[in-house]
Amino acid sequence: MPTAKRRKGGNSKKPTTSGQQSAPKIDDKIEERKTEKEKKPKDLNNNPHNINSLKKERSKRSCIDNCCWLIGFVCSTWWFLLFLYNAMPASFPQYVTEAITGPTPDPPGVKLLKEGVKAKHPVVFVPGIVTGGLELWEGHPCMDGLFRKRLWGGTFGEVYKRPLCWIEHMSLDNETGLDPPGVRVRPVSGLVAADYFAAGYFVWAVLIANLARIGYEEKNMYMAAYDWRLSFQNTEVRDQTLSRMKSNIELMVATSGEKVVVIPHSMGVLYFLHFMKWVESPAPMGGGGGSDWCDKHIKAVMNIGGPFLGLPKIVAGLFSAEAKDIAVARAVAPGVLDLDIFGFQTLQHAMRMTRTWDSTMSLIPKGGDTIWGTLDWAPDADHVCVAKKVKKNDTQAGENGVGFVDFKTHNYGRIISFGKDVAELHSSKVERVDFKGAVKGNSFANRSCRDVWNEYHEMGVGGLEAVADYKAFTVESVLELLQFVAPRMMKRGGAHYSYGIADNLNDKKYEHYKYWSNPLETRLPNAPEMEIFSMYGVGLPTERSYVYKSSPAAECYIPFQIDALAQGGSDQGCLRSGVYSVDGDETVPVLSAGFMCAKGWRGKTRFNPWGIKTYVKEYNHAPPATLLEGRGTQSGNHVDIMGNFALIEDIIRVAAGATGNDLGGDQVYSDIFKWSERINLQL
Amino acid sequence: MASVLRYRKLCITEPMLRSYESSETPKDEKQAIETLKVDKKQEKSQTIEKLKNKKKTWGCVNSCCWFIGCMCTTWWLLLFLYHCCPVSLVGFKGPEPPGVRLKNEGLSALHPVVLVPGMVTVGLELWEGRPCSRGLFRKRLWGGSFTGILNRPLCWLEHLSLDNETGLDPPGIRVRPVPGLVAADYFAPGYFVWAVLIENLATIGYEGKNMYMATYDWRLSFQNTEIRDQSLSRLKANIELMYVTNGNKKVVVVPHSMGVTYFLHFLKWVEAPPPMGGGGGPGWCAKHIKSIMNIGPAFLGIPKAVSAMFSAEAREVAFIRAMDPGFLDSEILGLKTMEHMMRVTRTWDSLISLLPKGGDPIWGDLDSAPEDGHECHFETKSYFQSNSRENNNSRNKDSTGPRIQLKHRTKYGRIISFGKTASEQHSSKLHKVAPMELMQVISNATCGEIWTEYGKINRKNIQKLADNKAYTAETFIHLLRYVAPKTMQRAEAHFSHGIATDLDDPKYAHYKYWSNPLETKLPDAPEMEIYTLYGVGIPTERSYVYKLSPSDKCNSIPFRIDSSAEGGCLRGGIYFVDGDESVPVISAGFMCAKGWRGKTRFNPSGSATYIREYRHKPPGFLEGRGLESGHHVDIMGNAALIEDVLRVAAGASGEDIGGDRIYSDILKMSDRVNIEL
Repeated sequence: MPTAKRRKGGNSKKPTTSGQQSAPKIDDKIEERKTEKEKKPKDLNNNPHNINSLKKERSKRSCIDNCCWLIGFVCSTWWFLLFLYNAMPASFPQYVTEAITGPTPDPPGVKLLKEGVKAKHPVVFVPGIVTGGLELWEGHPCMDGLFRKRLWGGTFGEVYKRPLCWIEHMSLDNETGLDPPGVRVRPVSGLVAADYFAAGYFVWAVLIANLARIGYEEKNMYMAAYDWRLSFQNTEVRDQTLSRMKSNIELMVATSGEKVVVIPHSMGVLYFLHFMKWVESPAPMGGGGGSDWCDKHIKAVMNIGGPFLGLPKIVAGLFSAEAKDIAVARAVAPGVLDLDIFGFQTLQHAMRMTRTWDSTMSLIPKGGDTIWGTLDWAPDADHVCVAKKVKKNDTQAGENGVGFVDFKTHNYGRIISFGKDVAELHSSKVERVDFKGAVKGNSFANRSCRDVWNEYHEMGVGGLEAVADYKAFTVESVLELLQFVAPRMMKRGGAHYSYGIADNLNDKKYEHYKYWSNPLETRLPNAPEMEIFSMYGVGLPTERSYVYKSSPAAECYIPFQIDALAQGGSDQGCLRSGVYSVDGDETVPVLSAGFMCAKGWRGKTRFNPWGIKTYVKEYNHAPPATLLEGRGTQSGNHVDIMGNFALIEDIIRVAAGATGNDLGGDQVYSDIFKWSERINLQL
Repeated sequence: MASVLRYRKLCITEPMLRSYESSETPKDEKQAIETLKVDKKQEKSQTIEKLKNKKKTWGCVNSCCWFIGCMCTTWWLLLFLYHCCPVSLVGFKGPEPPGVRLKNEGLSALHPVVLVPGMVTVGLELWEGRPCSRGLFRKRLWGGSFTGILNRPLCWLEHLSLDNETGLDPPGIRVRPVPGLVAADYFAPGYFVWAVLIENLATIGYEGKNMYMATYDWRLSFQNTEIRDQSLSRLKANIELMYVTNGNKKVVVVPHSMGVTYFLHFLKWVEAPPPMGGGGGPGWCAKHIKSIMNIGPAFLGIPKAVSAMFSAEAREVAFIRAMDPGFLDSEILGLKTMEHMMRVTRTWDSLISLLPKGGDPIWGDLDSAPEDGHECHFETKSYFQSNSRENNNSRNKDSTGPRIQLKHRTKYGRIISFGKTASEQHSSKLHKVAPMELMQVISNATCGEIWTEYGKINRKNIQKLADNKAYTAETFIHLLRYVAPKTMQRAEAHFSHGIATDLDDPKYAHYKYWSNPLETKLPDAPEMEIYTLYGVGIPTERSYVYKLSPSDKCNSIPFRIDSSAEGGCLRGGIYFVDGDESVPVISAGFMCAKGWRGKTRFNPSGSATYIREYRHKPPGFLEGRGLESGHHVDIMGNAALIEDVLRVAAGASGEDIGGDRIYSDILKMSDRVNIEL
């Protein structure tokens, strides 16, 4: 039958719409059929076969057709839903949320607007490491078509598409720490640079939105975006970023008639310390603003999660590329960095890339053993690690003197120890072999490693063994260690950063820019009316020191890795997967974030000769109550704290003219004052 | 019926049939069997029918799904393949961009570059709005994908309007220009404005630190951008910063379209003492500016703005039209698209800055105009065609005769005439109405919703306006003052459209004169060079033939362009001259050809001026918007223009790039303009 042959993939599984409706029509057609069939009786006999063959045909076709059908169905449904979603009034999601969780509190901007708070002081944001977007201005042919597209931030699509090309463009020259020839990657400018790090992952956006509520806009908000890969002084040398910031602050002060409130985050804190020294110094090294520039232009510096004294994380990062300082990236896509997307050398590639970034070296712990502890002593050694509830238990903490061994306290001072037992033994029992004299030995001379440049390949087995034999490293010896394993990188970094404590701040050498970002080697500017806030989250376990082991694999591998098997057991659980943790915001330990404002700059000290007021504002971490809250309005996490309502409210009040005392002065949950007391530093 | 069918189905089975057939049965039973046999046939055909039926439902919804599925899969596959294949393979390899060629010649970035975008092209984003704009915080309302128009048109219009009293933000709404290069690199996805120039500049070494996009809210009057956003202060600070950080190299300023007059305003503002000015002092420009490369400048205004103000018809929003022809004419906003457009655009003070300046001496009087003798030839394949008004008649005419000689002189001076005959008659025969007669405003309170000001004018007076038959550039201003008193009152506090008789008059220190090149002196900067770069060879609107709109509806705009008027340079009710589709040659070129050439009273220090014209050549297939376009916006992708800008930015002077380059009759036209210099 001709009609039958035309039949396509009628699927017997699919139910007909309704037999009843079609019945009358069928009857009509049956009449026609009858006449047809009477003419061709043979066809009638063949019919059953026909039907069977049809069914077979159908089942054949149904494979692809059903697929297509399914995709089409899903697509159409998706579009339909999308259409509904777009057609739906924008306030609908909030109705749903409120229906489930009850009315959400007003965002701080709305709340304060109702109180009558208005925009007053212009605001300057200084983003931290990693969060600023970078875009391509000139590249190799493999980056064709990506002109002015984001390489860092946004969707990171290029990482997947052309990983090696991407790595090549993100790396800097390993001699100069500036652009490699033929590559120009530049920071994105404006508020868009760091409002969202990736789609949906806010950094500054919530703060910006709340400030906008009380009347801020582009003209009185400025994002001081800079290339966070460069050393601080090099951002000025290459991009004149510091000049630009100075000019913009001056412009905003001139047009609004009010001093600015500066809000640096994370590494931006150090960058702004550098800026304050730079702007006062005479040209050519500095900005030539004169000694009263800060007094004239800055009302308050509100440091969020500031690693004033560096991060222990960065030590592991530089040593074995393992401490994922790229915490943000990790939070967005957990495990991405561990995946083998670049072949088998993800970590090696990451190491090669990050080691060209001078800025990471600004985060190396500063202040040496005085701040971070010796082999047997650390100021925060009595920290009690409680798995979930953060509760301070003072009774358990014994008196810690030098040489007093107590398994209840931790040898946090040993930033790196080889083996768990070494981490816990008393220093007198640890046998250490000095590594400095050790011969590095022959390099592996392995051609296959050549494209992955990290300095471990230039070291021989002897050198590696010598490092492991030293057993335990404090902050000061870690510096020596890094100089040993990565001499070129540290040489570059040494020209831009310093990690010590100044004995005599009047020494002429401290006029060099390499000291400017270290609060222990500089003085605060002469601006007695300026206020400095240190605002950070507490209540999250934060990496403090590491247990390492030698990596078994040779050749192209990084010879050391964190001993993930080292667990604390009953020992209060501070040791997890080879990492000792302490109180902090998951990235910055309390000690680093709070010490300067709690003690180093409190009152008139030699670091703060003009007595700038300092405030410590801590925000206790509370995980988001429901999934609908997203990243939480009470988070203490290093980045998520930017959405903390209490913190935003404090910032808005200060921006609208309040002083630190109006905010209620210090707000402390951790033991920062106790720990600061223990640090024996000449002030 | 269904139950009967079901019953039959139950009864009829093979064994039953056989048993019936084998046994002897009475006739009626045999009949029954007969019927059953028929039933059997029926049943079989029925199954077929059922299958067919199933197929039918498949055919309707399912094959739709199937089709969509197929399309999607194929699309994804192609997309996947596209993303997989190396980048160099994709797309058509164009000629070498000028940036690459010049880089190979050894050019590199020298002078910092300031880009000053024109009207419409800068994106605007929302900072504070009414509840209806929820969720659009810091999203673009203008520029980008314009989804706002489609989702919530009235809300969108409300947010883009300004306050019609102050010309500033309405209460509770803050819409601000997007800062940075992203503000105007692409107007909409794929529609470049500055992007090509930026990319070529980047090739020879420019980047964020030596390239600055001076964005401003193009809806505001120029001085108000300073009052509200401090845009001028920001521009000054950034030029100073770039001057210092780039080794004391002067900047090259590249304004486009309305940005040209904005920058003229800036030049005066920066020298004027605070509070009105920037306090830079008289030497500021000489110290900081190497040259100004005006692209498609509307120095003396554009006639398009006339019809935009008068009847919201000359789509100054030419970009939208180019992207989506007829978009504004479709009735997406209900029945009052034009009226809504008019209400919104009349709150934009900046539009007034584009009204023709210089009055009759420049734009011609009732009987003569500098452009007299212009030959109109509408090329059949020209750009104009694709964007012309929907007028099939004219199109057909064109295809038959591509080159139409003029029989009589077109009277371009009559910017607006009522009726085609009025546009052609000699002035002595024209019916005139004394201006005093027009000054009777009768308010009509019923039309409150859409504020166009036409609602307040009595129909009789409208008739009287039309009776005057012809308006020149000067009398048109009077006309506007009558039909849009509030708009003009607001805007004339910010702009002036005359010619100065005595430039030393202290009144010219007021900011309302600063953007009019005929009422200001150029700064004392003899080394500064002024270029005017514009396209020629595209018919450009010059004057209009109007008619009264038949509808007597409240709030409707009572005037319409008479699109049936045809002949010679007149097409669709519009007289055309040479230009770049938006700016006529006289407006773009006159100042540099004559007004500022040598030492004149407008240019007392004798800054050098250069004219660079680019003849329009429509793009070939696959060329996108063309490398040799002369169109007002597409010229930003013109390779020759980009090369000139790059060379000057890399340090060349006007003489180095070849001095004047002229295709049009601009010098002849300028000679006919008789103003004191």
